[in-house]
Amino acid sequence: MLPELSRPFDGDMIMQIKRRLLRVLKDRGQGAVPLKIAVLGGSTTSDIIKILELFLRDRGIAPSFYESEYAQYFNDAVFGSKELDEFKPELVFIHTTSRNIEEKPRVNEDAQSVADKLNHEYERYERMWTAISEKFGCVIIQNNFELPSERLLGNREVGCAYGRIDFITRLNCRLYDYAQSHKNFYVHDINYLSAAYGLERWHELRHWHLYKYAMSVSAIPEFAYSLANIVCSVMGRNKKVLALDLDNTLWGGVIGDDGQSGIEIGSETSEGQSFLRLQQYIKAHKELGVLLTVCSKNDRENAFEGLNHPDAVLHPDDFACIKANWEEKWRNLEETARELNLLPESFVFVDDNPAEREIVRTQLPEVTVIDFDNPEECIRALDKCGFFEVTSLSADDAARGEMYRANAERAAAEKKFASYGEFLQSLEMKAEIRDFDPVHIPRITQLTNKSNQFNLTTKRYTQTEMESVAADDGYIRLCGRLEDKFGDNGIVSVVIGKKDGKSLHVELWLMSCRVLKREMELAMLDRLVEECQKAGVEKIIGYYYPTKKNGMVAKLYEEFGFVQVSADDDGNTVWRLETANYTPKTTAIKINDEENGNG
Amino acid sequence: MDKNTVKIRLTTVFRDVFDDDGIELSDSTTADDIEAWDSLEHITLISAVEKEFKMRFTMKEVSGMKNVGEMMNIIAERAKK
Repeated sequence: MLPELSRPFDGDMIMQIKRRLLRVLKDRGQGAVPLKIAVLGGSTTSDIIKILELFLRDRGIAPSFYESEYAQYFNDAVFGSKELDEFKPELVFIHTTSRNIEEKPRVNEDAQSVADKLNHEYERYERMWTAISEKFGCVIIQNNFELPSERLLGNREVGCAYGRIDFITRLNCRLYDYAQSHKNFYVHDINYLSAAYGLERWHELRHWHLYKYAMSVSAIPEFAYSLANIVCSVMGRNKKVLALDLDNTLWGGVIGDDGQSGIEIGSETSEGQSFLRLQQYIKAHKELGVLLTVCSKNDRENAFEGLNHPDAVLHPDDFACIKANWEEKWRNLEETARELNLLPESFVFVDDNPAEREIVRTQLPEVTVIDFDNPEECIRALDKCGFFEVTSLSADDAARGEMYRANAERAAAEKKFASYGEFLQSLEMKAEIRDFDPVHIPRITQLTNKSNQFNLTTKRYTQTEMESVAADDGYIRLCGRLEDKFGDNGIVSVVIGKKDGKSLHVELWLMSCRVLKREMELAMLDRLVEECQKAGVEKIIGYYYPTKKNGMVAKLYEEFGFVQVSADDDGNTVWRLETANYTPKTTAIKINDEENGNG
Repeated sequence: MDKNTVKIRLTTVFRDVFDDDGIELSDSTTADDIEAWDSLEHITLISAVEKEFKMRFTMKEVSGMKNVGEMMNIIAERAKK
């Protein structure tokens, strides 16, 4: 990520040099995921779009935009326009603010009349969302309403039927109710954002009167950053791992020198309290599916002594991997990434020592490094970075740490067997490989959008697109869940093929790297061929499109026994398999074992 | 503040905002002379100049300045440091 765009950033400076930043990002923008965003504004949106593009490109998304004419948000959303229809947005952002509220309550207006106004206002919005959903079936991001800059009634603007802040608060609650019952709909919380920024600075009235910007021009980068976080999360670009230093990061003092009783952690002292608070904040990330790892220069037994401190909240079994040694940290991070089958770009490195941070930044630039001086700042930096922005949580997210820990147990078990085959047999693996079930669509979409390595085509789908694939008879779909004696890995593989006469074109084939080398890909192939035979499909056509990250599957179809049909100069290859006379390849996984399965 | 200092610092701001190191300013430079200088980029320019010279233009000035010479006169008169 560009240093100018990393927190804590200078918003005014970003505005000033935005053209150069865009040029730099475009120059190195290969492999970015395209995304069509329609911005329907109730005030000026020009620089919001430009700065949003910077933050998205910085995180690997290459957006193209449709921008509504000034303040035409409602007309565009409800009645549409030819240009918007042709653009076919994958995401619509409705940039409205309190300035777009049509009828605010009058002083002394009676409660019923105010309630009618509230309904009227809310219904305009719901009409837009319904129209957009029906027409484009795409993700919608909607600003909520920020507090106004003036309070004519003073504190009486709340707790009173005609209070304007009261009105805005109730309107926001209606938005939140809608969000709770509609997927693909996300609220962009500018009410929080403007408060955190400082309401008086946010409402730079000159910029409204001069340019019709609903916020200070200086606040646009904060705004765009926050918006980009939702987009990145929806697109599966969240970070996955917090790699943590120990001494003076998770506790005060140096465990090797001070010993277990000498370090600061727990409620006895104010310093201990602030480290305790940080440990609690970090531990809570496990619920979001974030993996925690240790990356510390320490003797291993000392590290464990610190983590086993009676007042500590983080314990050794909270971590998917613990590297406590005297190696360079960036090497340990690389090693951890390899062991967890993740890319370094999924990592956020947390270390109180600026020198260590700098070395990681230069040696392993894919890893994101956050800056802070003390535990309170560390919490704030993590809280504002948005790398773990939540847009959907699946059961898999909460269990992810557990799954990786089970992987570590498997690795230990592997060493006890004479051959790898024997080890695989010992795992007692069972797979459920079936057509998409509606309840699994969110997880299937999530997995699809974040799998980079074991992914033949790197095709991305919004949840709505995935739903329409799931409902279309023209496809053969499989999603695979793998379980073994150490635990359930959840849904780990997805295959989508489009039928074309007696051929099947495989548009998507991917697998989570946490089940590499477990024969799961063979189990998926066996089931795919079985489904093809049932459907009268004679040929399976596979495609491999190389990216920077999916080199590991360049030879997958070859290993499967496909015949190469063609190859082009970019390394794209096409493969074919005849389904007649196919012999199932799986030896160590029981597939769709009814006794065990979900039916 | 003397006008020459203003010119040097203002040139840097212009080069940043329009991403063009070839920009040379004179009193008679107007938006017509710089391709990227449209009404939208004018907003960025004004904010960047205000920040650089720690001063504010009035709303009338923002929309009324005819050329860079006028802008430099206002800055020279009002800039704090």
